[in-house]
Amino acid sequence: MSAQAGHGASVRIETCGKTFADGTRALEPATLEIARGETLVLLGPSGCGKTTMLRIIAGLELPDAGGRVLFDDKDMTAVPIERRNVGMVFQSYALFPNMTVSDNIGYGLKIRGVPEKERAARVAELVALTNISGLEHRRIDQLSGGQRQRVALARAVAIRPGILLLDEPLTALDAALRDRLRGELNRLLRALGITTIYVTHDQSEAMELGDRVVVMQKGKIAQIGTPREIYFTPNSRFVAEFIGAANIVEAAIENGHLVLPGGRQPINGDANIPAAVAMIRPETIRVMAAESAPLSGIIDSVSFIGDRQRLVVSGVSNRSLAVDAPNTVRAKSGERIGLSISPDAVRLLPPES
Amino acid sequence: MSHRSFVWLCLLPLAVVTAAFFLLPMARLVVTGAAGPQGLAGYLAILTEPRYRATLLNTVLLATATTIVTLIVATVAGMFLQRHRFPGRAILIAMLTFPLAFPGVVVGFMIILLAGRQGLIGDFSNRVLGEKLVFAYSIYGLFLGYLYFSIPRVILTIMAAVQKLDTGLEEAARSLGASPWAVQRDVVLPALAPAFVASGAIAFATAMGAFGTAFTLATNIDVLPMLIYTEFTLAANFSISAALSVGLGVVTWLILALARSFSGSAVAAAG
Repeated sequence: MSAQAGHGASVRIETCGKTFADGTRALEPATLEIARGETLVLLGPSGCGKTTMLRIIAGLELPDAGGRVLFDDKDMTAVPIERRNVGMVFQSYALFPNMTVSDNIGYGLKIRGVPEKERAARVAELVALTNISGLEHRRIDQLSGGQRQRVALARAVAIRPGILLLDEPLTALDAALRDRLRGELNRLLRALGITTIYVTHDQSEAMELGDRVVVMQKGKIAQIGTPREIYFTPNSRFVAEFIGAANIVEAAIENGHLVLPGGRQPINGDANIPAAVAMIRPETIRVMAAESAPLSGIIDSVSFIGDRQRLVVSGVSNRSLAVDAPNTVRAKSGERIGLSISPDAVRLLPPES
Repeated sequence: MSHRSFVWLCLLPLAVVTAAFFLLPMARLVVTGAAGPQGLAGYLAILTEPRYRATLLNTVLLATATTIVTLIVATVAGMFLQRHRFPGRAILIAMLTFPLAFPGVVVGFMIILLAGRQGLIGDFSNRVLGEKLVFAYSIYGLFLGYLYFSIPRVILTIMAAVQKLDTGLEEAARSLGASPWAVQRDVVLPALAPAFVASGAIAFATAMGAFGTAFTLATNIDVLPMLIYTEFTLAANFSISAALSVGLGVVTWLILALARSFSGSAVAAAG
């Protein structure tokens, strides 16, 4: 493998769609390029086609006629998964129950005819890397969920795959463990530097792990971008609402201002349109005294979260606004409160098609 | 009445049935087996008497062959039926399980129609080879009958087990580079091991002890149930037939226990 920016293969999928035998369209024809060493996250609600796309790249599904899958510019469309040299981690982990932990990790090497000594060395390397020392001779049913996840990852990486494919690898774990393993997984993926495609429905996983994120909806790619791009400049209402918390505001525009019931909000750019749909993130809204504020409304509810508090404020826009206020602000429901929003924080969304 | 004595009272019917229909006859059988001129040594006759020993061996071989061939046929067929959808599948499965309804006598009758003196196979071989192929009245006919008898039972168990297989396991093995054969060897067959043991045990025990088919085909097939029958009815040799009966039970039980412990590690691991 080259010592440059990343390891593994580059991936290109061209007009890959998938229609199942019963006529359901799981994936509209999509084209996507993944650079060598990049971590790409496919993100979307269930049924959006992200797993289908992963399975097409893996070779577990054939794309509809006309679709092509290329690894390092080589056409792999007709190559079955066993000869694609991909490492895959399944949502259920799919560890072999009739083998020990080290037999699981070494299975791909055994199939490739790697001599036992070399195999044992590689297994030991991965056991150390994934932090599961001492479990080598355990059976799978003697492992916890987190340990299984590590074994599944070690097994997938052991064969030095060109591409690593992960299908919701943290979904089966409880929340606290998931957060911890997410950080661990992130460090591991960075250390390996291998081309990785990661499927999840969890936007915080996507943000933390992805170099780029592909947001999918109903079998279509809704937006591709870095985590910052999709968070700060979503190109549709769906992406804005799916990634993080978002206030969607509909308002008329006059002289570079949104005209709202609670006041006038300046916006950037030369918006020469009569009305718009805008997105405002709760954490970009500043709270202040009502008298001097450009916008004001009535507090409907206050939820203390710990590091901050979430206020729901009505009367500012056509719908209640979610506002993240510092945890030191004293706010009571029923009170009038002032808000100020930087023009940079208002993102105009294209009208719904 | 206290709760405890109520529970004991509920156990009474079970105790009566067990005693009347299981323990007493079994005890009587064991006593009768030792009541012959040889006494307790009568039990050893099944091993020392050459004719009995040969019959025992025959029966075990027949039951083993039946079990192995049944498992192979039923696994391939069951896997295919569970994994593929095609027109007529439901009817085919219904037809395959149809023999479950037949008693051994009917199965024997069907074997005679197939491979007997007037049978289809005989007719066909007579026309093609000029020689009548007849094997219904031998141990081969019995083997065929037991296959016919066992395959439906085993297919149903295997199909249920295949349905419960995690297809992710096979996909994982493939992603690691395993060929279709390697996937079967390393993943599918180990996962089916418990089903093999359970359904194989039924096939084996049936082939060891079934009587109707053997009786229908011929009275001179050397299998233990036939031997017990002839000793009992024709020779009126009560003690020997009792000893043989106990022997048949013990040998079958021993072999099943051995098979279970032999595959025990695989079963535990796959469970």
